[in-house]
Amino acid sequence: MEVFVQQLINGITLGSIYGLIAIGYTMVFGILGMVNFAHGDVFMVSAFIALIAFLILSSWIDGGLIALALLIVLIAAMVFTSLVNWAIERVAYRPLRGSFRLAPLISAIGMSIFLMNFVQVAQGPRNKSIPPLFSDVIVLFTVDGYDVTISYKQIVIWLVTGILLLAFWYLVSKTALGRAQRACEQDQKMAALLGINVDRTISITFVISAALAAVAGTMYLVHYGVVSFADGFTPGVKAFTAAVLGGIGSLPGAVIGGLAIGLIETFWSAYFSTDYKDVAAFSILVVVMIFLPQGLLGRPEVEKV
Amino acid sequence: MASEATQEATQDASRPDFARALRAAGFSGGIAFLLFLPLIAFLAAQNMRNELVLETRWPLFAVFVASAFFGRLIWELSPRERLKQQFAETLQSPIRLGTAAATLTIAMGALRIVARAGFGIESDVALALSYLFGTGAVVTAIGAAVAWVKSRYPATTESGRRRQSQIGVALRMVALGFLLAYPLVMFWFLGTQGSIKWIDNFGIQILIYVMLGWGLNIVVGLAGLLDLGYVAFYAVGAYSFALLAKNGLPFIAFASEYPFLTVDFYQLGPWAFWVLLPIAGVLASFWGILLGFPVLRLRGDYLAIVTLAFGEIIRLVLINWVDLTNGYAGISGVPRPTFFGIPFIEGEGGFAAYFGIPFNSIHRTIFLYYVILMLALLTAAMTIRLRRLPIGRAWEALREDEIACRALGINTVTTKLTAFAIGAMFGGFAGSFFAARQGFISPESFTFMESAVIVAIVVLGGMGSQIGVAIAAILMIGGTELMRELDVLKHIFGRDFDPTQYRMLLFGLGMVLIMIWKPRGLISTRSPSVFLKERKAVSGAHVREGHG
Repeated sequence: MEVFVQQLINGITLGSIYGLIAIGYTMVFGILGMVNFAHGDVFMVSAFIALIAFLILSSWIDGGLIALALLIVLIAAMVFTSLVNWAIERVAYRPLRGSFRLAPLISAIGMSIFLMNFVQVAQGPRNKSIPPLFSDVIVLFTVDGYDVTISYKQIVIWLVTGILLLAFWYLVSKTALGRAQRACEQDQKMAALLGINVDRTISITFVISAALAAVAGTMYLVHYGVVSFADGFTPGVKAFTAAVLGGIGSLPGAVIGGLAIGLIETFWSAYFSTDYKDVAAFSILVVVMIFLPQGLLGRPEVEKV
Repeated sequence: MASEATQEATQDASRPDFARALRAAGFSGGIAFLLFLPLIAFLAAQNMRNELVLETRWPLFAVFVASAFFGRLIWELSPRERLKQQFAETLQSPIRLGTAAATLTIAMGALRIVARAGFGIESDVALALSYLFGTGAVVTAIGAAVAWVKSRYPATTESGRRRQSQIGVALRMVALGFLLAYPLVMFWFLGTQGSIKWIDNFGIQILIYVMLGWGLNIVVGLAGLLDLGYVAFYAVGAYSFALLAKNGLPFIAFASEYPFLTVDFYQLGPWAFWVLLPIAGVLASFWGILLGFPVLRLRGDYLAIVTLAFGEIIRLVLINWVDLTNGYAGISGVPRPTFFGIPFIEGEGGFAAYFGIPFNSIHRTIFLYYVILMLALLTAAMTIRLRRLPIGRAWEALREDEIACRALGINTVTTKLTAFAIGAMFGGFAGSFFAARQGFISPESFTFMESAVIVAIVVLGGMGSQIGVAIAAILMIGGTELMRELDVLKHIFGRDFDPTQYRMLLFGLGMVLIMIWKPRGLISTRSPSVFLKERKAVSGAHVREGHG
């Protein structure tokens, strides 16, 4: 029981990071019908931007104001990563809109390779580790000498993720921008006829997805305290798995899928073996695709002639 | 009068608009400023105690921003339309192209003389430029020849078409002759030390990717199933070969009751490679079917992601199943291929002694080159033959329209599975060749990046086009290998400059740029396998590719 609760806490933390990345996949897939393969690497870039912002701040701020520092780091990462993703969409995907289906996917794979190697060349191939933040823990309860704990770090991650998901939900479901975004998802031509600037809406979709990836990147940095240029691929594929599990195109599905993947991964590591935790995540992807291609909350795809 | 007015209008349009250009350049510069500010201006470096410290690189950052600003400015001010038109005209004119080629050749010669005479940086730059001009000269000379043939034998007449196809056949023969002669010529001119790099790093390496590209082309180009986990079959081939050659079959003990089943591959000795090559291929094709079954119902991007997951699962199992595969450490001492039973060793019984020639380590490299050349040609020949068989036509029909296929009574299950199996088989052949060539394999060689590179080669070459795939493999693999050679760049960018770091960076950038330039791949026409009366190439835009 105590191990279970502890793993539940850890799993939700990991799952909220996956969920934030998964929203990016699901939004872009919903509006463009393409798998944005570079999204995992955008997440990695955002972690690096957060790292740089943290290092700049740490020379000014000592100790006390760490919450304020985190807020500034978060905003900096969101702004700069949004810009990166906006530029990527402009350069690598927009010229290929309306081209055949594989072209944007190949372009995205190329972009993913480019981003990874760009960061490797620009920032060096070694792991970058920061001193631990918010490392104090609260002991929730103790059973037979086993402390079930929740760290401040985890609370921060839950809070930030929760607040931003609420803001994001408000943006998509209550504002004109969100309506335009959903309209483009359903029918781009009709949306354009009704006076919606489709290109701008797609750009904004990329910006939002990057901003959420940047939140995930910052949280990843806070949680693990270490980041390297190769860290985009595996979380990227797992977040995509989460998006597919939740039903691609469905925003609540992406969050639920992310939590599910995070929980499965931590429970698998706790009860079976850490060696095969990635295999477990990938196997779930395969099984879901075979037996439940539309995912948990997705609409089944109707095949038309 | 009217014509004068239009002329004035075109002149007006072509006149550069400085204010607009400056605004655009300012915009690009501003975006570049913000884009590169975090990751270029600052560096999270480690100090002696392995703590992160912040360093700044303002000069480098300034170079990035300035190049974005001035690059955009030049782009905006250049008379693009006129240049494009002139370029198109030049491409049509053999005389202009020939002159350009001759000029470039002369320039190359002059620069080489400067390089020989000069010392230090100037001569290095001159040498680099002369290589550049030399490449340009070769390309323009080929262009001139093509333009000449096209103008001399127009495709609009019957005799012109016939002559063009004759020239095509002759060119293929010349290419084949070149491929056969390549290692021997290299050895002849450059000697053992000089030529091994050109035969091994360029010849064999490129041919492995050509073969993998052609193998994947069956799955992606013909059957239209996007497979992002092709490297799994490459890995299965390599590990099957290495494990069987080193350990023999696991059920030897059981089989000893049936002597005719007892095959201890280790006792095969010099023949191990030749016996195990087909077995590795067959095992890989089993894995192809195993992967094919669950993904039968998936299409397009979904199929791509599931195959990617399969590739990763195979790699993770190879890493974690240490008892069998020795994990990250890999398997060393894999038996090397022999000249049909005669090993490439020094002394009695070796290849050199048998043929009465002095021993030279390059014999094996040259032999390996011919083996992979034959394997690659086998893949190409089989693909061409298969396209004409009912199964090949079913693949292409499946790519065009799966529902129509089912309506016409084509069994889509067997059609998809055969595509996966045959594609995987060639991947397995390539894998066992790879293991035998290296003598050492580890999971590091079978990452997702390899799959991405192979898919990139197939798509960039133009899916379904054999020659396009070969060209793409030469460009992408040869080009990135060539990056290793460019020591001259060290003199331009400083001592610490390591060109190999930039290989994959440029590879990724190249993928994006080629896709934007030619979304249908380099060769964007397809020649149908079945035709009425005359063979006509069709545009790639009419082919539904990667549909699912």
